[in-house]
Amino acid sequence: MIKYALFLGCNIPARVSQYEDSSRAILKNLGVELIEIRDFSCCGYPLRNIDQKAYILSSAKNLALAEKKGLSILTLCKCCFGSLKKAEYLLKEDSDLRQDINQALAGNGLKYEGNITVKHLLSVLYHDVGINAIKGSLSGSYKDLRIATHYGCHALRPSRITRFDDPVAPTIFDELVEITGAVSVDWPKKLECCGAPLTGINDDISIGLTKKKVSDAKKSGADYLCTACPFCHLQFDFLQKRIISNNGNGEHLAPILYPQLLGLCMGIDKETLGIGMNLNGLMVEKIDPPASPEQGNKKTKSIEYGSRWRAGRSDSNNHKSTIINQQSKKLLHGK
Amino acid sequence: MVFNVLLYTSLFVFISGLIYKISTWFSWKIGFSSRGISKSERLIAAFKGMIRVIFSAKILILFKVFILDVMCQKRILKEDFLRWAMHMLIYTGFVLLLLMHALDKHITSFLFSEYYSTLNPFLFLRNFFGMMVIAGLAIAIYRRFILKVPRLKTNSMDYYAIIILAVIMISGFFLEATKITSFSDFERMVEEFSDVDEKEDVRALESLWVHEFGTVSPDLKEPFELKLLEHGREIHEANCATCHSSAKYAFAGYAVAKIINPIALLLDRAGSSNILWYIHFIACFFGLAYLPFSKMFHIIAGPISLLANAVMEKERSHPANIATRQVMELDACTHCGTCSLRCSSAVAFDALDNENILPSEKMVSLKSLIAGKKLSSKDLKAVQEGIYLCTNCDRCTVVCPVGINLKELWLNVREDLIQKGYPEPLLLSPFSFVRGLNRYDIPADEYYKPVEAAKQAVAGRFDSLIKQSPLILKGGGIEEFNQLSGDNTFSYCFSCNNCTSVCPVVSSFDNPEEALGLLPHQIMRCLGLGLIEMASGASMIWDCLTCYQCQEHCPQNVNVTDLFFGLKNLAIKNVKKA
Repeated sequence: MIKYALFLGCNIPARVSQYEDSSRAILKNLGVELIEIRDFSCCGYPLRNIDQKAYILSSAKNLALAEKKGLSILTLCKCCFGSLKKAEYLLKEDSDLRQDINQALAGNGLKYEGNITVKHLLSVLYHDVGINAIKGSLSGSYKDLRIATHYGCHALRPSRITRFDDPVAPTIFDELVEITGAVSVDWPKKLECCGAPLTGINDDISIGLTKKKVSDAKKSGADYLCTACPFCHLQFDFLQKRIISNNGNGEHLAPILYPQLLGLCMGIDKETLGIGMNLNGLMVEKIDPPASPEQGNKKTKSIEYGSRWRAGRSDSNNHKSTIINQQSKKLLHGK
Repeated sequence: MVFNVLLYTSLFVFISGLIYKISTWFSWKIGFSSRGISKSERLIAAFKGMIRVIFSAKILILFKVFILDVMCQKRILKEDFLRWAMHMLIYTGFVLLLLMHALDKHITSFLFSEYYSTLNPFLFLRNFFGMMVIAGLAIAIYRRFILKVPRLKTNSMDYYAIIILAVIMISGFFLEATKITSFSDFERMVEEFSDVDEKEDVRALESLWVHEFGTVSPDLKEPFELKLLEHGREIHEANCATCHSSAKYAFAGYAVAKIINPIALLLDRAGSSNILWYIHFIACFFGLAYLPFSKMFHIIAGPISLLANAVMEKERSHPANIATRQVMELDACTHCGTCSLRCSSAVAFDALDNENILPSEKMVSLKSLIAGKKLSSKDLKAVQEGIYLCTNCDRCTVVCPVGINLKELWLNVREDLIQKGYPEPLLLSPFSFVRGLNRYDIPADEYYKPVEAAKQAVAGRFDSLIKQSPLILKGGGIEEFNQLSGDNTFSYCFSCNNCTSVCPVVSSFDNPEEALGLLPHQIMRCLGLGLIEMASGASMIWDCLTCYQCQEHCPQNVNVTDLFFGLKNLAIKNVKKA
């Protein structure tokens, strides 16, 4: 049995809980056991601009907590992943730093020796569970669905440290998407940043990048942007929606979290996967995978006269998203 | 006389304090959201809000929250059993003592016609409830001073709360013990309440009381003849038993009586039970009078916070009510430290040594800030840093035992502080992410102002440097250079411009040099030349996405992004120093 300590970070429980729910659901189906460590805290990512030692100490505390349980860490967030990976690397390379940090950790009865590692959800699915095992767990597959995979900077780079995939021509996310029967489209800006790291710091750059990515993916014929990081997801979901409603930008592409996409193919219901919590209205008929070949035919039909259905659907979607909007606004700042 | 004067004085202070404190909930301004809302608007909104809740289905929610969260303290139980046990022991013990013992003339004797404080079950129960409080206090002291719960800070209010309760309880038990042992009380009671006159009879009764009730007599000592005791018991049954259960039922007071036995006569002659009685009731009255101004005010504000938060919603509730609630929540905080224990950013406190990073300590600072206390610039900067250094993970709000909506409080106060306060370098980090998500909720000019101020503060020196000619080359030897040269990969740079050409930030601008000050490859050259101040002043490093494209694509393996991190750390250190 594959067993990991689940590292949620700060954004997911507060703002993207559907990512946690959908990940738990698919990993349960795939026999990956997730252990909760309540003392996990911030990975230190936001502190990297401020103070290197404070950042490393935050990461190291989490690494030490997992090591105490003898478990490697599974992260859902790519910024947590990148930060923990970097800390893991530095603590391995630099014995002075390790000694320093361990001295600080000793106050909490912790120490880190480098006996565990950190993996992102996608790596666990691809390398530990394996493509074939995932295929075996599916109850249906998509037809005519085109997905733009968004890799996420902090997983890919610096590749020497993250060792996630080939930094120039990565494939694992595309392969994982294609298991579901969807087509992973080729798009020029695939490996670029979503803009989230500058949200709140330089919003012009950040929003500019988000818009560029959305329009590029759209031009490449994608139906959805597929993400596997809460920062990227919030940028494409919450912020994209607010940019549109404030600036009236017509170009718009909804994001879907990878475990949501996969979960639907496993026949997991939409409530569990939190599909309704994505704010950017998903064209639900597009992502509804056929449960069996016969039903699949029917589904294709519904896509044919989808536009009519969509009219009715969008109402209920709007209704849903206002409720969710309120819920999420509750979490966020509003005046 | 003294008793009554003090009672009414303390009651008066208590009630005036209560009125004053509650009036501050409506008058004190808090954060960004209370701007432009008058006192009367807040009062009216609160009144309307309460009426609306009472006459709606929400009353059921209030009822449920009152039972589960206020009475049974479910939220504490979920967090920590020991703390729950501590709080339940203190609060049920004390409330029961208040009702049965302190208000006995008004409640207990009204309910039970045969009530005597020296009769069972009241005698036993008084000791039992008292011991509950003592046990709770013992756990509190154990947690704070022996177990040392991580990040649980103890301030003067916490000491006060423990001390006042301890004084009330301990003086109570000692008072009971001196009364048990008191010979003068025995004589007085015999005189007043019995018809025992014969010397022999008094002797017999006295022997029995020394033997069984803990009285310490100047003449009579154990052992006593059985016959004498039996005679004593007959007199006791006829004269005393209707009002006196065996003192052994006052198990705690009796135990203390046994301990003070050797000096009991001395204490009796010194009139110590009188002194202890004064200490006991003065401590009670002081606690009552000071309650609205102490941590103990959470007895009132805590339940209100739990109830208000159960029925209020950010989107629906009147902004005036949110402002009122947020001031009230500062009074509800018990400084229990649960938020700090669970705080996601708390590790930064270990590294940066700013107490205000811990939510429980932020609350302490906020209390003084809202009350209009002038903080020194150093303290204000610390509060500002502490309030901004938050990942908005909302855990504090989930775990708060009195249900304070801390996440909204932080957002509100944070915005106000960065608008009015000092330039905050933390704004230039992903701690700004949630503020960025909500940018459309803040007026555009106000939204940009604090970020610009922070950029000015960190990059301020760049402009003057760039005008300086000739440039002064500073190389090895200076502290900053040595720190950065730990990662001296910049020396491999041969200016191929790869980093600059793959940078998505650079390509966002038509004229990037103007917008960013220096381009990535220029910054690497600066470092090579030892122009650290110049490099760390370029706005490029703050506009860096940290996407690592530059570093990944460098043919010379220069750690461009990591060097940017180093430069940013340096610049922030300099701002803090200045």
